[in-house]
Amino acid sequence: MSSTGKVTGELQHQPQTEEVNYLNNGHTIASWLLTGDHKRIAMLYLISTTFFFFLGSLAAGLVRFELTSPAGVVLESETYNKVFSSHGILMIFTFLVVAIPAIFGNFLIPLMIGARDLAFPRLNLASWYMFMTGGILILIGFIAGGVDTGWTFYTPYSSMYSNTQVSLVLVGVFIGGFSSITTGVNFVATIHKMRAPGMTWFRLPLFVWAMYATSLLLILGTPVVAITLLLVVFERLFKLPIFSPELGGDPVLFQHLFWFYSHPAVYIMILPAFGVISELIANFSRKRIFGYHFVAFSSIAIAGLGFLVWGHHMFVSSQSMYESVVFSLISFLVAVPSAIKIFNWTTTMYKGNVRLQSPMLFAIFFLLIFTVGGLTGLYLGCIGTDVHLTATYFVVAHFHYVMVGGTMLGFLGALHYWWPKMTGRLYSENIARATAYIVFVGFNLTFFPQFILGWMGMPRRYHYYYFAPEFQAYHIMSSLGASVLGLGFILPAFYLTMSLINGKKAGPNPWQAHGLEWETSSPPPTANFLETPIVMDEVYDFDPVSEHQQNMADLEKREASDNDGNMPIEDHD
Amino acid sequence: MQFTNFPLAPPSASNFSQEYDVLFYTLTGLTVFFTLVVSVAVIFFAIRYRQGTKADRSRPMYENLFLELTWTIVPLVLGLVMFYFGTSLYVKMRTPPRNSTEIFVIGKQWMWHVQHGNGVRENNTLHVPVGQPVKLTMISQDVLHAFYIPAFRVQEHVVPGRYTQLWFTATQAGEYHLFCNMYCGTQHSEMGGKVVAMPPKEFAEWLANGGQSVAPMSMEQAGAKLFNKVGCNNCHGAEDTLRAPSLNGIFGKRRVFADGTSLIADEEYMRSSILRPYDHITAGYGQTMPVYEGQLTEEDVLNLVAYMKVMGTSSPNPPTSNINRHSGPSAVSGSNEATSLAANAAQWNTADPDATPTRRVGSPAVGAVAAQGRNR
Repeated sequence: MSSTGKVTGELQHQPQTEEVNYLNNGHTIASWLLTGDHKRIAMLYLISTTFFFFLGSLAAGLVRFELTSPAGVVLESETYNKVFSSHGILMIFTFLVVAIPAIFGNFLIPLMIGARDLAFPRLNLASWYMFMTGGILILIGFIAGGVDTGWTFYTPYSSMYSNTQVSLVLVGVFIGGFSSITTGVNFVATIHKMRAPGMTWFRLPLFVWAMYATSLLLILGTPVVAITLLLVVFERLFKLPIFSPELGGDPVLFQHLFWFYSHPAVYIMILPAFGVISELIANFSRKRIFGYHFVAFSSIAIAGLGFLVWGHHMFVSSQSMYESVVFSLISFLVAVPSAIKIFNWTTTMYKGNVRLQSPMLFAIFFLLIFTVGGLTGLYLGCIGTDVHLTATYFVVAHFHYVMVGGTMLGFLGALHYWWPKMTGRLYSENIARATAYIVFVGFNLTFFPQFILGWMGMPRRYHYYYFAPEFQAYHIMSSLGASVLGLGFILPAFYLTMSLINGKKAGPNPWQAHGLEWETSSPPPTANFLETPIVMDEVYDFDPVSEHQQNMADLEKREASDNDGNMPIEDHD
Repeated sequence: MQFTNFPLAPPSASNFSQEYDVLFYTLTGLTVFFTLVVSVAVIFFAIRYRQGTKADRSRPMYENLFLELTWTIVPLVLGLVMFYFGTSLYVKMRTPPRNSTEIFVIGKQWMWHVQHGNGVRENNTLHVPVGQPVKLTMISQDVLHAFYIPAFRVQEHVVPGRYTQLWFTATQAGEYHLFCNMYCGTQHSEMGGKVVAMPPKEFAEWLANGGQSVAPMSMEQAGAKLFNKVGCNNCHGAEDTLRAPSLNGIFGKRRVFADGTSLIADEEYMRSSILRPYDHITAGYGQTMPVYEGQLTEEDVLNLVAYMKVMGTSSPNPPTSNINRHSGPSAVSGSNEATSLAANAAQWNTADPDATPTRRVGSPAVGAVAAQGRNR
């Protein structure tokens, strides 16, 4: 790219400053733990959320192992309940909600909009500490006896009946929630006020749009769930009558308050992945994203409508029939912006110059899996069909198709795409591609059988099913798939770590991608840009036609020189 | 219930299930269709427009209002159509007919407690009549539960502090899973049981019997049932055979044994001959009878002895209790011949102990004894 070449050319005139980057600018532990640099904080988040992710995965593995037999294998029911609760709590509150915004949003928003840092660097560091305090409190709760309420903490079980460490874990989630709020505030302020000259709203990369929508949800939703969970703690400790009918409260009120946050939380988890996928599809199709405005505004539409559909979690909860009808209608409406995105991404590839490198593979598998995840959501938004399917394995399969197939694949795509930028190193592309296939196969083998299980009526959160042995074959399939999926998640931990030791130097723009973050060196200097960039070109400003002509010229040249017929796909550089 | 290793659908046994399944499979059709459209397009574009292929890239598209409107309006319209049908099913599910039979359900950690209108109670089992609308009024004694019958496609939370309702009409007799589908604590997965849908007459009979699947039986009736169940009738028939002597009318008679001794056939003799037949082999017979010691309870033996005392001489006495077991016409009494008992026995022996009550319909040969004796 011409613009890329220009800026890196400028950087090469100053070799001394290029060597100092955010990673080697200070080696003490204090220089990391007291940093205000958004890139270092992103790395802190990367390490900590990966740690929580692997803990949550261990719990998932134990659940899948236990379910291979209708009467359990090694656990008591009490322990099983604690294990599945840990899985849910860790994955939702310490990984999915946090990962993409806090790692990639933190790292990339200033780079993408041409800023030196986020608007409030110290608040940014404080939010990591709040996150860690919350996470550690949750872990202490698990070690001190665990929680058996599930991640949903439904009352009055959580407030009056469970004899486990509910209060401690809820306080942990509460404190962690503040990290979400402050991160959201930070992002909104940064995106509004710190864009480089020429970076208009409609030149923003779609990842930034997605992070903006996510931030709105974080700011508006998190306080509600934080207060709600605190009320549960008060009812547990001080018998404050809010949710328990024994004290005069209303148990269904909890569900309204909880889902008022937790449905938008679903979009908090998936919107950042949408942003990642937009970047990947555009940059690896080497073409401006199709229908940029529709993709950008669909994120905002999802964020807006996402606040009005919480009641679709409660169709059988005793809420009024008329409420349910309205919630169902809005749920069908919120499906439309997601469909718009899928179709726009697909069409972007049309007449592009598609490079099937590992981040693009993750993006393609995201499209295939998320389509299924989104469409199966219709069964649950459709009020009549939801009555039978709600709280069964159908729901489990659906939200794993969205959360694992969507957010997790988005996360892996982002990790593989921006890893060279974050660390300055290249990983082994072949292993990465193999990993993408392993994850895709393992994922579908794990979660597709669960759709059938749910349709058959297998309830979620069941330890035993000896009274319904017809479910076993699907559970075994699912557990087999989980083993494959587990392999797919462990592999990147190895080859990405290896790349730090012996990976090739990435250079500023190993993918020939378009975007301000690729115009600075890899890893970027602490100040991000040596001069404030001035944005002259449109976002994703590729020229597929001339690039194609160039490719054809290369092809002819190669065919003329040696007639081996290999396709001229270059991996790196 | 019949199942292979990979069943693909739950049983369909209520008034809602057919309409439900049409909706479900329509949604499945839409899901498969759109997944195929996206997958085929993505894979096709990925291959055809892979960098370096010769495919035509001239005049690339970046915006197209017509396309955007198409894939906005088509999903919207399809969604609204599904919304209409889904809502109409749901409204039916929430509107119990006036003539519904009312049954009350209490959920508590970790069992279901059911009370029928006439005071009959049952735990973890719900008996309902086929073909009649049933309305459940439910409440929880502690935490949230959910009353879920997959085969009927119905589910509703059971909430402490307020009544919730659920209604359905069972259309197929049989036994179906009953699950608690709202996490309720340690033994959540074991809070369930079965729903037994019975033909209305049998349900009425069951209800009238005080919720017993079995009307109280006299000892002779219980013995007759057991006589057939454990296989005595295979050898001991109405006449002596090569394998075994007939037991008709032996009570009080002198029995001569292979070793030349003899005894009067009293209760003690009959008990020991059941449990340890080789203590006294009747003259002319070999050691063919299995030993029943350890196989039967004393209660069983008492009942068998009571039956053997009346075999061939009189009919098994009806129970002395005053419960009206004649409320249904299927309870035909008086089929007391040994031959018909044997016929019943054959049916008993082949019948699955968990057989559904439907099999009893239209078999008047099944007398009060055996018919009511089934399905305990």
